[in-house]
Amino acid sequence: MLLQAKGVTHYFGGLCAVSDFNLDLEEGELVGVIGPNGAGKTTVFNLITGVYKATKGSILLENIELVGKRSNQITSMGIARTFQNIRLFRELSVLDNVRIAAFNQVHYNPIEALFHLGRFSKEEQRNIGSALDLLAVFKMEDYADETSKNLPYGLQRRLEIARAMATRPKVLLLDEPAAGINPNEIVKLMEFIQWIRKEFALTIILIEHQMRLVMTICERIKVLDFGATIAEGVPTEIQKNPKVLEAYLGEGGDL
Amino acid sequence: MSTQAVHPSNWRKRISEGWEAIARRRWLMPVILAIGFLLSFLIPQFNLINPYIQLIVMYIGINIILTTSLNLINGYMGEFSVGHAGFMAVGAYISALLTMNVIPTNLSVMLFPVTVILGGIGAALIGLLVAIPSFKTRGDYLAIVTLAFNMIVKSVIENIDAFGGPRGIPGIDKLTTLPWVFFWTVLAVWMIRNFVYSNYGRGVLSIREDEIASDLMSVNTRQVKMLAFMISSFFAGVAGALFAHLLQFISPRVFDILKSTDILIMVYLGGIGSIAGSVLGATIFTILLEVLRPLGYFRFVLMPLLLIFLMLYRPQGILGLREFRWFIPGYELLASKIWRQKKEAPDAPAG
Repeated sequence: MLLQAKGVTHYFGGLCAVSDFNLDLEEGELVGVIGPNGAGKTTVFNLITGVYKATKGSILLENIELVGKRSNQITSMGIARTFQNIRLFRELSVLDNVRIAAFNQVHYNPIEALFHLGRFSKEEQRNIGSALDLLAVFKMEDYADETSKNLPYGLQRRLEIARAMATRPKVLLLDEPAAGINPNEIVKLMEFIQWIRKEFALTIILIEHQMRLVMTICERIKVLDFGATIAEGVPTEIQKNPKVLEAYLGEGGDL
Repeated sequence: MSTQAVHPSNWRKRISEGWEAIARRRWLMPVILAIGFLLSFLIPQFNLINPYIQLIVMYIGINIILTTSLNLINGYMGEFSVGHAGFMAVGAYISALLTMNVIPTNLSVMLFPVTVILGGIGAALIGLLVAIPSFKTRGDYLAIVTLAFNMIVKSVIENIDAFGGPRGIPGIDKLTTLPWVFFWTVLAVWMIRNFVYSNYGRGVLSIREDEIASDLMSVNTRQVKMLAFMISSFFAGVAGALFAHLLQFISPRVFDILKSTDILIMVYLGGIGSIAGSVLGATIFTILLEVLRPLGYFRFVLMPLLLIFLMLYRPQGILGLREFRWFIPGYELLASKIWRQKKEAPDAPAG
């Protein structure tokens, strides 16, 4: 078991945003999380990555408790994510965006940094090299010196995934990667997600509204509504589940 | 009327070409520094320029240290610290008290660098205390924390008689000399630049851009904030120590919120997130304040007016977020070029 969530519950004041969320994620899986707006999908991501601290329950990565750890520690342990609304370091270059995500892979102390001594040069060269190598894998090396806010939307999305990959994750959480992408490019995005999954031997959790995308590439799907898990299973099961249809389309709907 | 008027774009082109030629000659930097260091010894020795101008030059140096160090917090990290003079006060008082009470008079000149460093370390430790609230708050709220800190420092000094109370400490030995100011200015600018262009420095930038994303991209924001505050306040303390031994008199009033405001003006005049901007801002502000001295009180109307217009028309400052190439490490400028060359010729020997 790579990632495990047991009875995770979170309250915002009196509002229960996520209740009794359970997840068993095997290595190499691609699991989708769907649900209507406000169902608590992104909150689940925020709980896993330590942005919020779960009120109850536990989240284990390779049997190590994540609840109570800070975000940067959780990321260093191997969970990376992207954001629903792109959150790049906008004023910084594409290269810097990627290098920053390798923060904990650079090994020199503050004294060496202040005097540019010791391991500094070697480590910096190595970090620049691996950042550019990573950008090359994502076919973005030509944009290395570009300020990231100047990139077109599609490339910003791609850079966000590249940046997440720079943290060397075992689990990648993708929060609506298809948001703002036109329907014709969905197929490309599906191929892209499959490709990074293979290329980096990743386990992926995907939040998405695009049914076509979720139904095609996910092996398992969890459906949330008002914070509660209302269904779980393979895509074909989910499509027929009456509870899911009700949540999405009202009673008597058909997906 | 002459038809041969030079087209304005020609002038602009010529200036930018000239600028490019200067910027490309990076080797000029160490040469200028070496000459500057030599001059800093020769000038007071042979009285090459009049003492008043020497004094102004020393103030410029101290202000450069203050501005660059504050820029680390306000420009690079994107916080808004308004209590920089508080750190300066800590450095000034520690070093002044050491010189007056602890260090024997015959050794005070020799031990001056130690005194200055101890002043800086004292300020850095206090800086660590201010870093801790920054874990929880940011923006306006942190600004208020730093403001309160500045007031606390001032009233602590005012109320402790051993520190001279509200009357201050008069008659401090004049140990700050032109070579020392030059040395500390270069060291401060160099070290802060080194820090900014390091892994930690990029962490500082990412906090400015998006703190939550920064944490989620594995940046240890707490460590980075502590380092940034410590380095910033260390150099504020150093500047305070130099200031105390130049003015020869310090009192709590010297380090009140108005002094902090002066430093803020220099940072925002020169440009946030720019070392070159800090050097420029401190220099322009200090000189302007002296040049406008004949205006008397009106200069305190003119300077804020200048600031208002700056904020209206160029809120990021003269060099906001831009850097003069001399201050950027060479390997940074050439990073992608070097990488590409290595890719194209993988068999070529490295170096």
